[in-house]
Amino acid sequence: MAKFRVCPDSGFYFDKSAESLMKVNAVAGAVFLLIAGILALGVILTRWQEVHLLPADLFYQVLTAHGINALIFWVIFFEIAILYFASSTLLRSRLAAPGWAWAGFALMIIGAVMNNVAVLQGNSSVMMTSYVPMQAAPHFYLGLILFAVGALIGCFVFLGTLVIAKDDQTYQGSVPLVTFGALTACIIAIFTIASGAIILFPTFLWSIGYINHIDAEMYRIIWWALGHSSQQINVAAHVSVWYLIIGILFNARPMSEKVSRFAFLLYIFFLQLASAHHILVDPGVSTEWKIFNTSYAMYLAVLASMIHGLTVPGAMEVAQRGKGYTKGLFEWLRKAPWGNPVFSGFFFALVIFGFIGGITGVVMGTEQINLIIHNTIYVPAHFHATVAVGTTLTFMALTYLLIPVLFRRALFLPWVAKMQPYVFAGGMTIMILFLLGAGTLGVSRRHWDMDFTGAALSFEYPGTAYMMMAVGGIGGVLGVLGGAMYLVVTVGSLLFGKKLEPSAGLFQSFGVPLAASAYNIDQPDQLQMAPKLAVEEHGSGGFEAPGTFVLALALLVCFVVYYAINWDYLASVWPMG
Amino acid sequence: MSSFLPPADRIWWKVPVGRQEIVWISIALVWCLIMFFMMPYWHVYGKQNLSSEAYQTNAEKFGASVETFVEKYQTRIDEQSGIPVVTPPAGSDIYMLGRLWQWYPILELEKDKTYRLHLGSMDWNHGFSLQPVNINLQVVPGYEMVIKITPDQAGEYTVVCNEFCGIGHHTMVGKIYVKEN
Repeated sequence: MAKFRVCPDSGFYFDKSAESLMKVNAVAGAVFLLIAGILALGVILTRWQEVHLLPADLFYQVLTAHGINALIFWVIFFEIAILYFASSTLLRSRLAAPGWAWAGFALMIIGAVMNNVAVLQGNSSVMMTSYVPMQAAPHFYLGLILFAVGALIGCFVFLGTLVIAKDDQTYQGSVPLVTFGALTACIIAIFTIASGAIILFPTFLWSIGYINHIDAEMYRIIWWALGHSSQQINVAAHVSVWYLIIGILFNARPMSEKVSRFAFLLYIFFLQLASAHHILVDPGVSTEWKIFNTSYAMYLAVLASMIHGLTVPGAMEVAQRGKGYTKGLFEWLRKAPWGNPVFSGFFFALVIFGFIGGITGVVMGTEQINLIIHNTIYVPAHFHATVAVGTTLTFMALTYLLIPVLFRRALFLPWVAKMQPYVFAGGMTIMILFLLGAGTLGVSRRHWDMDFTGAALSFEYPGTAYMMMAVGGIGGVLGVLGGAMYLVVTVGSLLFGKKLEPSAGLFQSFGVPLAASAYNIDQPDQLQMAPKLAVEEHGSGGFEAPGTFVLALALLVCFVVYYAINWDYLASVWPMG
Repeated sequence: MSSFLPPADRIWWKVPVGRQEIVWISIALVWCLIMFFMMPYWHVYGKQNLSSEAYQTNAEKFGASVETFVEKYQTRIDEQSGIPVVTPPAGSDIYMLGRLWQWYPILELEKDKTYRLHLGSMDWNHGFSLQPVNINLQVVPGYEMVIKITPDQAGEYTVVCNEFCGIGHHTMVGKIYVKEN
């Protein structure tokens, strides 16, 4: 019989086995973030041309490992923890098949370690994308495959838990919006992992000599159904976490369940098409295919993100106005808890994801504009805005929430936690903006030496490009510092944070359940539907969240202007067709 | 708090949507459609588009076409690099291949003339990154891509490789010269 404990601070119910699995997955994620962060420093300090720290072979090795650890291992471990939280904890249900969940976790660990070992051995510096026919060691691919299978098991445990919760009637009505968003992430993850299997398994067979040829273009097209879609899991997951955070911090309710869920549905239908963004200047792919896919079928997935961009802060604004912060357009925002890293982390992630990550992503995913951006350092700048700030900072903010609730520890060095989102978001924003600039000047991504030392022919980038790479480097170092602050707080909290009742010792912080006496509930009471509101109107003219509407219009103006600038820039280059 | 609780209304999909969301969704949808139609529009009225002309090939076949092209139109050898400089007639088919770690040959073109540029790779993926114009194309082994280009300014242009291709990636630099006619 499953046993639950209730968190006295938050009121969340934790199933014993789900709780342990959330802890180990979150901790494993943080360990891979640590590795990725250390490696990031090597990348930044090499691309900063005046420092140029690492030799070429080590640079490419470090860059390969940085990409995989940050973009795959860190986020997916953390997302598995989120899936278990959104199903078992939010629905007050026991977790389905905990034995399978542990097996999945073990596979993910084995796979992640195996892949890192392959890169560390030095014969697999093929970048995260591992484009054929450049070949890595067989255990490079095998590690990724095992990791993917483990993650897939996690997805099915999540789905199984939804079924159990429904059968056991642990909740009334429909699943909460946050769980709905997590389900979106799960569905996208299954698609992603299937694509990964379709291409990585033959590639593994090719690396051991069983298959003699893999078409390089086919690899790119299918690989990106893994590579880009895995980032769409992040989008669905972090948007869900945004809804969770505004619910917990502000008692916010979605402005409209229908609109928010419809936006998630659009993600399921159309977000996958984004893998085309990487194929826009490739041979052998038709123009029609490129236009339809790169636009996610007429930008319906972008529409979904623009909807969340209104409804997430809008829901927060409505809740804040309900508490009396009604002065002017922005009192609700000014009076937000800026000193709480859960809020500041969430809000910076939202703004930077939308204003920088979203806009640059759509612009460079425009078929023709991609000609002036493809494979320049503009591309990593874009996805650091989406993943390194949007997703990672959201997960950091969520961690500050989970440390007391899930790990039963008080935050260690709370003043460091308080500053962390500012340092991380500030540093990363500097890095991102300047790398976007350098990319516009033609600086390549994945390139060891912008001086082209040893080349038979010479080329010099303008001095501005060097300046931008240097300032970007300073921003990146600040970002790494922000990442280190996060890890100091989390690791410190698990080791030295003040124990909360029911209390957790050292091992209980990692994966072992709390003392048996804490689990004194067989089955929590059925989760009730949210209380109905008496219809009240805040704001004016039927606009409940006028401040958010102004912010959304500001986003649109930036979007339109920046989009136009890029077409203008494109029109200035050599005519081609 | 209902973001993580079941919706307050059992039949939540029948709750009317507020005016603010409807206005915003309408504006956003219009913008999305404008962005969508901008791409086909540019194919008709814009000057910078990527053709989808491409052929499957292999290293021997493509290498042979490039050699024939070089033998036919070579005018000199670049002293610095030892790479042949080729001056093809205006408006002709021109070739450039990427291999570890070289762009071959060096092209000498005339301003405002249109050429059919055939691009291919002899080994791994390469990235054709024309600087300082900043035109970037993916060069994939097994495929021959044909793009019509019209250099509209005279000068010396550099082809940088911007797809990672191993340890000598950063030494992979080629040239295109554009002369006034």
